Amino acid sequence: MTRITDAPAQAAPPPAPTHEKPRPSLLAGNRLAYVLIAPAVIAELLIHIVPMLLGLWVAFTRLTQINIRNWTQAPFVGLDNFRAGLDPNGPIGSQLYTSFFRTTVYVIIVLGACWALGIASAVFLSSKVKGRAFLRTFFLIPWAMPAYVGTIAWAFMFNQRDGMINKILVDDLGLLDERPFWLIGDNSFFVLIIASIWQMWPFAFLMLLAAMQSIPGDVFEAASLDGASLWRQFRSLILPMIRPTNIVLLLVMGLFLFNQFSIPYVLFGRNSPEQARLISPLIYEHSFVNWNFGLGSAVSALLLVVLFVASLFYIHLVMPRKNDDD
Amino acid sequence: MIETRGFVWLRRVVLTVIAIFVAVPLYVIVTTAVKPLEDVRGVFTWWPSTITFEPFLDIWGTVPLLEYFRNSLIVTVLATAGSVVLAVLAAYAVSRFRFRGRRAFSLVVLSTQMFPGILFLLPLFLIFVQIQRTIGLQLNGSYLGLVITYMTFTLPVSIWMLTGYFQAIPHELEEASMIDGTGRMGALLRVLVPVAKPGIIAVAVYCFINSWGEVLFASVLTSNETRTLPIGLQAYASSNVVLWNELMAASIVVSLPVLIGFVAVQRHLVAGLAAGAVK
Repeated sequence: MTRITDAPAQAAPPPAPTHEKPRPSLLAGNRLAYVLIAPAVIAELLIHIVPMLLGLWVAFTRLTQINIRNWTQAPFVGLDNFRAGLDPNGPIGSQLYTSFFRTTVYVIIVLGACWALGIASAVFLSSKVKGRAFLRTFFLIPWAMPAYVGTIAWAFMFNQRDGMINKILVDDLGLLDERPFWLIGDNSFFVLIIASIWQMWPFAFLMLLAAMQSIPGDVFEAASLDGASLWRQFRSLILPMIRPTNIVLLLVMGLFLFNQFSIPYVLFGRNSPEQARLISPLIYEHSFVNWNFGLGSAVSALLLVVLFVASLFYIHLVMPRKNDDD
Repeated sequence: MIETRGFVWLRRVVLTVIAIFVAVPLYVIVTTAVKPLEDVRGVFTWWPSTITFEPFLDIWGTVPLLEYFRNSLIVTVLATAGSVVLAVLAAYAVSRFRFRGRRAFSLVVLSTQMFPGILFLLPLFLIFVQIQRTIGLQLNGSYLGLVITYMTFTLPVSIWMLTGYFQAIPHELEEASMIDGTGRMGALLRVLVPVAKPGIIAVAVYCFINSWGEVLFASVLTSNETRTLPIGLQAYASSNVVLWNELMAASIVVSLPVLIGFVAVQRHLVAGLAAGAVK
């Protein structure tokens, strides 16, 4: 797409006054552009960039609740926090590795399930089916309402003593003799996954539905006339055409899930059970439960590096083929 | 698309299963909210022994819900307004000017989106502590601290979506207005903003939904006086007994504003996300 704004950026000398009729140019007024982005830049600097740099500095200090009021004087401890965080034999390091691995498993499972539910709904609700307008809105409700509301409902349903799930499993179906605990122990990871899928999959649905709508309908008509089966149409037509959306969706949702905090926080409170402790709640515990800010910051910095490298790798992986399409 | 019998059946089964999955928690929320307290003290029941709307009245007295509501509303409205204004200005610059650093600006803004919130929470907390010590401006536990934080969080996606919207609007519209002597800002306010109104409303609703449900920063940056709904709702469960019926009734009440807003602009939100993703 050619835009007027795509003209060269060299600072042209101010045009000499001519006798031509002055025509307001959309190219002029670069200074105004800086004025326009200034508030956004200042806000981003203040809330994102400066804290990020400060966080890096804190990672090299011993900062606890004792010296938090005078944090500028916190003692410099070099790489101690990183050493503690990365030591696979120490209690903190081993916790970090387990939590990192668990978070990766969590992201893969939830992302896969969300995509599967999203693409199935998007494909089926793009066809002419009864109740399609209603279902399109209905399916989006879990995502549109506050995340903590849905999570509270899941916590209620998975309550050990008298929750709905145990009532069905034990009282109604008699599958189990004893009421298992769901929100502590091994099962807590499962509950975390279910609650996350329920809350997040509509976002995948929303993006994939938008992508499906941009595919012209006559493509399918032509394919049907050629005798392509529906499965074939899905694989050879739909999947390639929604590829750009898939790339963005997997990246955005993957990062979001990797940083997941609110669902475990509402399900489990300030201390997640060990079996379901994701990386963000772990950092939260280091910083705001155990008040070891230096360690929390070091782990944050490590997480940032991992996310950054993973994102670059992912973009590198998917980009070449995307260029071929152009 | 020619629909075979197998396709129709598969569609029926899959959509039914998904609909049940979506519906069960919603059903539990709604039926629990109209149960008397005795019902939620014992084992879960599918239907209330008697339907009562008392939980919807009691929620306001059990915890200072109205206060939490007011806090959430103040923070969310101000953050949304701020985010939309800043995003409109920035998106106008990015879509209509070719200035040095334009690409860098877009990249940096978008990349902040990928960093975990937990990364900023602690340093931000420290900065707020320091600002208070130095100039006496209280940001921890005040509306202002939360407002500027939320405002910044939704800014990247807002700028992204609005840039897409603005780029789709032909330049001739503004040029005509500028020839009429309105100037650039006049063209933005009188021509571009009205034309892009659906997009701007969609962005506003996106910001509103995000700030309304934010948990992490609210859990650290609010005090008793400024507590917002996500943290405030936990008060129904703080004592030995959890008032599940009131908790669910309150959940419905706090969800309604965003659900209504969402349903109203859903179409524009889909279009906005699609426009942004295509770029």
